[in-house]
Amino acid sequence: MTRPERVRVTAPRRVRRPPGRPALRALDEQDVVGELLVRSLVRAQLGLALRVGGVFALLLGGLPLLFALLPPVREARVAGLPLPWLLLGVLVHPALLACGWLHVRLAERAERDFVELVDRS
Amino acid sequence: MSVRLDVAAVALVVLATLGIGAYGLRLVRTTSDLLVASRSVRPVWGASAIGGEYLSAASFLGVAGLVLAYGVDMLWYPVGFVAGYLVLLLFVAAPLRRSGAYTLPDFAEARLGSRRVRRLASVLVIGIGWLYLVPQLQGAGLTLRIATGAPAWVGAVLVAAVVMVNVAGGGMRSATFVQAFQYWLKLTALAVPALVLVLAWRADGAPSAGGPGPPVFREQTAVSIDADVRTVVPAPVGVLLDGAPVTLSGPVELRAGSTVVFPEGAPVPHVEHLAPSAGADWARPLSGAGGLAHPLYATYALALATFLGTMGLPHVLVRFYTNPDGATARRTTLVVLALLGAFYLLPTVYGALGRLYTPELLLTGRTDAVVLALPGALVGGLPGRLLEALLVAGAFAAFLSTSSGLLVSTAGVLVQDVLRGAPGRGQHRQFVRATLLAGTVPLLLALPVSGLAVGQVVGLAFAVAASTFCPLLVLGIWWRGLTAAGATAGLLAGGTLSSAAVLATLSGLVDRGWPEALLSQPAAWTVPVAFAVMTGVSLATRDRVPPDVGRTMLQLHAPEQLGLSGS
Repeated sequence: MTRPERVRVTAPRRVRRPPGRPALRALDEQDVVGELLVRSLVRAQLGLALRVGGVFALLLGGLPLLFALLPPVREARVAGLPLPWLLLGVLVHPALLACGWLHVRLAERAERDFVELVDRS
Repeated sequence: MSVRLDVAAVALVVLATLGIGAYGLRLVRTTSDLLVASRSVRPVWGASAIGGEYLSAASFLGVAGLVLAYGVDMLWYPVGFVAGYLVLLLFVAAPLRRSGAYTLPDFAEARLGSRRVRRLASVLVIGIGWLYLVPQLQGAGLTLRIATGAPAWVGAVLVAAVVMVNVAGGGMRSATFVQAFQYWLKLTALAVPALVLVLAWRADGAPSAGGPGPPVFREQTAVSIDADVRTVVPAPVGVLLDGAPVTLSGPVELRAGSTVVFPEGAPVPHVEHLAPSAGADWARPLSGAGGLAHPLYATYALALATFLGTMGLPHVLVRFYTNPDGATARRTTLVVLALLGAFYLLPTVYGALGRLYTPELLLTGRTDAVVLALPGALVGGLPGRLLEALLVAGAFAAFLSTSSGLLVSTAGVLVQDVLRGAPGRGQHRQFVRATLLAGTVPLLLALPVSGLAVGQVVGLAFAVAASTFCPLLVLGIWWRGLTAAGATAGLLAGGTLSSAAVLATLSGLVDRGWPEALLSQPAAWTVPVAFAVMTGVSLATRDRVPPDVGRTMLQLHAPEQLGLSGS
């Protein structure tokens, strides 16, 4: 008995040949210009992720420090509810969603800019 | 007793799961179907499916139990479980989808072109999968025992068997809509009783759980002891032990099968490892309520483990492949943030109400039971029984969906990378064998009763994932300089250190002071070590950076609209 051939399924490959756009050909052929283009895209996206992540880390990571350094905050109450419970149990979630929404918007804009840059050339 | 209702609820969930699995079997056609459904799932459905698979026993039962025992600091668990998806969105979601990898080992091999890194990643996936499956099965045993009085192993064996049959049949995982349905079932099963419980609490005069003293019995309470337990009675109290009047004080051994009746107003004794804490301490962050040492360190370490560990969980990654492109992967993750945030508002309510109405769980240490015990304690009667049955159904949905996802991922890796040498077997036969192996090992590990809470064991799985796959994914996606040697060294360092910490914690060898804090929440030091080793060794071997790294970076980051060839 022979083992059946292993099937590897990968991302859909679009083999549309790059038309007359030199930047696209540069990307596809990985020459110096293409390499620079990719590096700039990666750097832009990484910078964006680090900035949004930094804001989020400061907001959320600052909470335990706030509790540790300002003990009255641990006991504070807002609208009859203890503030730490309100922050960690409820308010964190819309804040996370807002960070995520911001990132999706900016990352998609960066990608549109990149596509335009390549198309224009 | 509500045994019949609860059994009916469990039977319904199990039958529905097996039924849909059998139906799904007929729809499954190709490898792609079996592993990742189709690749055209809309964000809301995809996100519901991710939520359905992700919300496990730890979320459904464990978080509320931890809040009951240790107070507000435990809210970092649900916060971290959600924030992990934000980190995943920022650094991993879109590039990972564009990489075309099904599994973490696939990603490792595609990025670094090394079979050795692939095998190492496989071993880690299997280890993390097993570590994550154990608390699911324990939770199932606990739930079935509360609901029906059956021994703990029955629930664990039941869930393991159902999931193994289902997965080996090729069913549930491929059906995205089943997992999506599971999310909404779990949300409903937790939200409806929560609403009724809050109304009942208000009708009771809305008492506060954060009073000055430790929790007391609000009325005369009979506690049945289902396993031998050492408990500490803070002040001498006259009770009825199996009908005979006795005065208990100090450390007391209570035998399985006995019943203790406490008078109204008596302070609740705590199981030995859980220090009694005043309501004010319990309600205040960083107070070390429940006897937690070094709460500030533990908070940061837990946050790091959950933020960075989510991306390395074996059953999370594969779902991203069901998105048609990188941009959709991002939007799906955004919807996941909303769905998980909505769900995690609820366990807090159960934990806080449990402090008031089911404090006897602190005596036996079975705080994971709080979600299931509350309807009977606070509502009672037929409505209470119906709500309990709904919660039991939701809990079983949680065990089944998360276990299925983990089992498929673990079995998939076993088939591809471990059992490949088995001669002359058909592909499906191999998958069945791998499923049995992948399910039996955690079942054997779950059967001995562990003193650790479900939520804590899951936290350890996150710590291992954060110390291994987080550096591999983040450096692999964003840094050209990563080499196979660097990845190997980093995975070994992070994996060994975090696993050693997990083993030390599970075995209970170290239970005091800083060593205990460092070992029970290892991520704060193992993650930086893993990143440092991976980066350092990569720099030392920089002449061995994969030659096609530019091409890989292009594939990971270029928007699909450019229409470049795939690889």
